[in-house]
Amino acid sequence: MAIRIKDYTQKESPLTNGHRMCPGCGAPTAVHQGLMGIESPVVVVNATGCLEVSTTVYPFSSWRVPWIHTAFENAGAGVSGVEAAYVALKKRGKIDRDIKFVAFGGDGGTYDIGLQSLSGALERGHDFTYICYNNGGYMNTGAQRSSATPRGANATTSPAGSVLPGKLQKPKDLTAIAAAHHVPYVAQTTLFNATDVAEKVKRAVETPGPAFVNILVPCVLFWGIDPSLQQDICRLAADTRFWPVYEVVDGAWKLTYKPKKRVPIEEFLKPQGRFRHLFRDENSRALLAQIQADVDADWQRILELSGETWDA
Amino acid sequence: MSRREITSGNWAFAEAMRQINPDVVAAYPITPSTDIPMKFAEFAANGRVDTNFVTVESEHSAITACVTAAAAGARVMTASSANGVALMHEIFPIAGCFRTPIVFGLVNRSIGAPINIHCDHSDSMAERDAGWIHLYCEDAQEAYDTAILAVRLAEHKDVLTPVFVCQDGFITSHGFEPVNLLDDETVKAFVGERDADFPLLDVDRPVTYGSFVMSEYYFEIKRQQVEAMKNVLRVYDGIAKEYEAVSGRFYPKLDRYRTEDADIVVVIMSSASGVVKDVVDELRDQGIKAGCLRVRMFRPFPAEEAASALGNAKAVAVLDRALSIGGTAPLAAEIKSALYDAGKTIPVQSCVYGLGGRDFFPQYARELFTDLAAGKISREERYLGLLE
Repeated sequence: MAIRIKDYTQKESPLTNGHRMCPGCGAPTAVHQGLMGIESPVVVVNATGCLEVSTTVYPFSSWRVPWIHTAFENAGAGVSGVEAAYVALKKRGKIDRDIKFVAFGGDGGTYDIGLQSLSGALERGHDFTYICYNNGGYMNTGAQRSSATPRGANATTSPAGSVLPGKLQKPKDLTAIAAAHHVPYVAQTTLFNATDVAEKVKRAVETPGPAFVNILVPCVLFWGIDPSLQQDICRLAADTRFWPVYEVVDGAWKLTYKPKKRVPIEEFLKPQGRFRHLFRDENSRALLAQIQADVDADWQRILELSGETWDA
Repeated sequence: MSRREITSGNWAFAEAMRQINPDVVAAYPITPSTDIPMKFAEFAANGRVDTNFVTVESEHSAITACVTAAAAGARVMTASSANGVALMHEIFPIAGCFRTPIVFGLVNRSIGAPINIHCDHSDSMAERDAGWIHLYCEDAQEAYDTAILAVRLAEHKDVLTPVFVCQDGFITSHGFEPVNLLDDETVKAFVGERDADFPLLDVDRPVTYGSFVMSEYYFEIKRQQVEAMKNVLRVYDGIAKEYEAVSGRFYPKLDRYRTEDADIVVVIMSSASGVVKDVVDELRDQGIKAGCLRVRMFRPFPAEEAASALGNAKAVAVLDRALSIGGTAPLAAEIKSALYDAGKTIPVQSCVYGLGGRDFFPQYARELFTDLAAGKISREERYLGLLE
């Protein structure tokens, strides 16, 4: 059933107002939109990162639902343990409620240091949803590059200098890696409209077994955008096909958003401070062309996987 | 009815796990503790337990899943050794601070390099400040009994602290010996059910575990763990006596073997203490007042009791199966500190033995006692059985 904005604006979010995330940060938006479509009680497991640090400054907590954080690289194992306890205690008649389990990790905690733990949890088949709030780098420690950082981005451990133009490598395709675990539900989306995250997470949570949702969210400081542009920049990510929006349901790939026209990648890169150096001189032309070629190739692959064509 | 079986330390520990039938076991194989999860997997596969057995992809994930499952309200057990224990290092203090009462079969093995699969205590000693209770077992019988007893200790409301139940890799874990096993009902009644106070799964009373705590509160929270450890010293004997009532076996914090009137005492832990005790008997037959103090509880360290057990000894040797390279070996440091606080100036010879599974022969103990009796005591650490 489709989610109506009206319904979830009237629901109490599991994450309260008054947390300490930055204005315009996409992570709390992903949490609000993601969790508000879930009907059952939910337990949240969080990897170390901005979301964890900024929502639980002791003796306060911004979480209205049970929440646990242990370390950085282990949200997959953490949610496995909670779910395993739930299954055990339910079998033994000590719990009678239906409870859902959602893990949140940034791209550092998911693409990089937490990949093994996530892979193990997906393979074992626990009933949980893992949400990667992907802002393309290590924001909690000050905008370092991760394996999710886009090619050409200026990050503090891949700075744009006189010789190097920022990060040289293409990000890894974590959503495809998750799909390669043959779990029942995998999706990738961004905050490009008000209901897509809620719908995808709801479906992920309601699907028995492991699910993975990769949500591209802006870090306003790293991306170098005005906080008011959160949704606009996400829409550009989807429209330029930098971040294709799709689902993989029981192995079947399906594009869930097809931009109506061809928008060049510059439209997504130009408004962002982290790519500013790419537009300063001629030397970056080749890199921009490479980024566009990456986007076109990835899009073509997803079209083929989805059995689709695109006429724009 | 209790049974007597020929079994190994690992299998005895696994048998205790079967009888405890915990809610969750998350474990990963590593020599020499692998037999524990293997045996337990067999129990699960044959319906002899209904535990949720989680076959994680690393030790780091094993202990993480144990911590979150225990925070969720489950009774949780696991096992590991050596590098596996080292990989878990990051999560041990979290388990301690979350006050998750995990019972952990730690089968002692040396930490590489050089890589080696045999026994020493370098793995558990590296975790001595992790906020876990450390109990060191002499044999398979004790490993079995301690696994059961540890559930009650870990879950005691004044304690709520995870427990390492240590046994010596290969020597105890793979050695077969007769072990008296309790009947299932006795174990079940002794351990009872876990009654968690703030389970994460109580969705009607949501709790936040693992908050970000800055300088204003961090110190106070750690202080509470110190208090819980002190409580272990207070409540342990009561639980051990209850266990004695059902099993006929009592395990004190410190095993005092002919120490009451001893002039010379060797302090040691785990399996090699049997060798020392044999030599003590030999020497006693010769009229030499020798004794052995086996330290079973290393964390919390029963310092006052240790100092009092060493009573009026004229000389003491402390045998560590671990180095503290550049410092004093762990057990020796504790004993010296305990004696200092008790105002005793007994000469202490610190010795290191058995690293990487090097055998410990009675002759080493004989020579050591002879030297203690002759007052041959050095401030230099002494290495027993080392070729140099």
